[in-house]
Amino acid sequence: MTRRAWTLLILALAAIALVLGPLDLTDFGIPYAGLKRYGIYILTLWLVTAVAAMGVNLIVGYAGQETLAQAAFLGIGAYATALMTKAGYPFGVAFAASGVVSFVVGILLAFPALRVQKHYLAFVTLAFAIFVWLVIRNEEWLTGGVSGMDVRRPSPLGLSLRPALYFYWFTLAITAVLVIAMWWLLRSPWGRAFTALRENPIRAESLGVDVRMYTVLAFAIGSAYGGFAGALYAPLVEFIDPAPFSLAPSFLLLLMVVIGGAGSFLGPFVGAAVAVLLPEWLRFAESYYLVIYAVLVIVMMAFCPTGIVGLAQRLLRSRRRNGVEDGTVALTRAKQ
Amino acid sequence: MTDVLQLVVAGLATGAIYALAAIGFTLLWQTSQTINFAQGEFVMLPAFFALAAMHWWGAPFGLAALLAIAASMLLLGVVFKAVIVDPLIRRGVLPLVISTIAVALLLKDGTKIVYSAEAQPFPSVFPDKLVSIAGITVSLAQIGVLAAAAATIATLQWFLGQTRLGRQMQATAQNPTVARILGVNVDRMILYTFLINAALAAIASLLVSPIYLAKFSNGEHLGLAAFVAAIVGGFNQVRGAIAGGLLVGVIDNLAATYVSTAYRQAVPLVLLVLIILFRPQGLLGRREERVI
Repeated sequence: MTRRAWTLLILALAAIALVLGPLDLTDFGIPYAGLKRYGIYILTLWLVTAVAAMGVNLIVGYAGQETLAQAAFLGIGAYATALMTKAGYPFGVAFAASGVVSFVVGILLAFPALRVQKHYLAFVTLAFAIFVWLVIRNEEWLTGGVSGMDVRRPSPLGLSLRPALYFYWFTLAITAVLVIAMWWLLRSPWGRAFTALRENPIRAESLGVDVRMYTVLAFAIGSAYGGFAGALYAPLVEFIDPAPFSLAPSFLLLLMVVIGGAGSFLGPFVGAAVAVLLPEWLRFAESYYLVIYAVLVIVMMAFCPTGIVGLAQRLLRSRRRNGVEDGTVALTRAKQ
Repeated sequence: MTDVLQLVVAGLATGAIYALAAIGFTLLWQTSQTINFAQGEFVMLPAFFALAAMHWWGAPFGLAALLAIAASMLLLGVVFKAVIVDPLIRRGVLPLVISTIAVALLLKDGTKIVYSAEAQPFPSVFPDKLVSIAGITVSLAQIGVLAAAAATIATLQWFLGQTRLGRQMQATAQNPTVARILGVNVDRMILYTFLINAALAAIASLLVSPIYLAKFSNGEHLGLAAFVAAIVGGFNQVRGAIAGGLLVGVIDNLAATYVSTAYRQAVPLVLLVLIILFRPQGLLGRREERVI
């Protein structure tokens, strides 16, 4: 089989696994008991986190910027969705609005910051993250402050998404659309400019890539993914308060993308899996979780800056090289 | 009017502490292009070294303070450089930034585990007595903090400007290649910068902890104040960091009184955004050549 066929086969298998993952398959003769309610919740949370992480990956991994405000955009999306659905707008409208608001705010943040110096964007996003958190906490008339607000799950086409499984499939479908959109974006000439920009900004600029415009747009689109993730997060947890949108979760989102593999398409999914599952596995050592996480990042940065995905690729490649490789392949590789 | 002046004096006292942290921050940036996102935690931690020395070994405060400075120079200076900065510096700024964010997380939650999440009272070097000078009531502690910070900064400026070693460090900061050709031991100068940063952070920690109490989460606020101070003053100037620190301290204090307490934290951030918009090189900074 060709490489392309293999990729398609793996994609199809992954899709089937994701769709059927939570189901009880013992009736069909497969010894797999499916997931309980909490397991489905964790799986959905993984998808939502991965959407936010995809946005961070676009900003960090492809455009080479830092964002310390993705949880703030998550908050903007979550509260926009909560407030709009409460006011009677359909979920679709609220979802779109969450993304659009985040996109516009992203442009407003990145445009002045990138006028100056690369790392100023990190500081501006840091300031912005704190500011959003303050607004959510203090404007009780709008957000309920620390006592939070309830969110109702949407019921598209009259189908209630109250059951965890239905909401999981709903989230999976939306995530799939967002994944395809991101894939298309990165494959388009427009997206290739991002990569050119990250690899060699000076050369990219001399080839006519408007570095600043592309970076601003990358930041805004990445932030919009944060908004989309927030729009899914609010109905998932059904109750939102300021805590998950403070500075620390923004840091975690950045770090999880790095752990997974910044600049690789799968990186955010792997990173989000680590970030969502690690606290579940380390429940016995709850207070140590962040310390372990931090040490993991430090070790990762020192020995494998391409993250888990990069590590896996390296291992696969070295196995392939030890196995079937013959003289011609080695020669072509040497030429490259 | 006297109210305002009192607030300004109090603001200068905290601002001087911010300035210490901000100076260390700019020094690291100048000599090694390290943006240290753990700078706030660097100021949070040494107070706990001193507390540990006092509580666990029964050391008197003076000795504990010296131990805290020594421990932070070792851990936040030598070890930080050897373990975090040196392996990453050649890979560009982004991996290093991410690693320092992880360091911030590690120090913060590590402190929480080792020393509980409770705010710990911290002994003050200076008596908390109120005195009246020209109609303004200030506490001796504020004057003491201001004097101690001023003395530290003056010593640093003398060291950088007047001694041979200090000038070698400046040469390293301005142009490492030429400095190396002229026989400066660039690597050692960079190490000294890390030691100075750690010492400044430790002094700031000993001065700030009696005011804020020693708490594992202090670094968030302190780090942000140091960033804002460094950028407002001018990222590439020590005197910029001093001015920025004092300004942020004063504005912070005035905002707590005249703006709502709920949005007090936001005021320095507004200042930051205004500076980035209208005077990106900072109040006292010089324009840097853009790399791209």
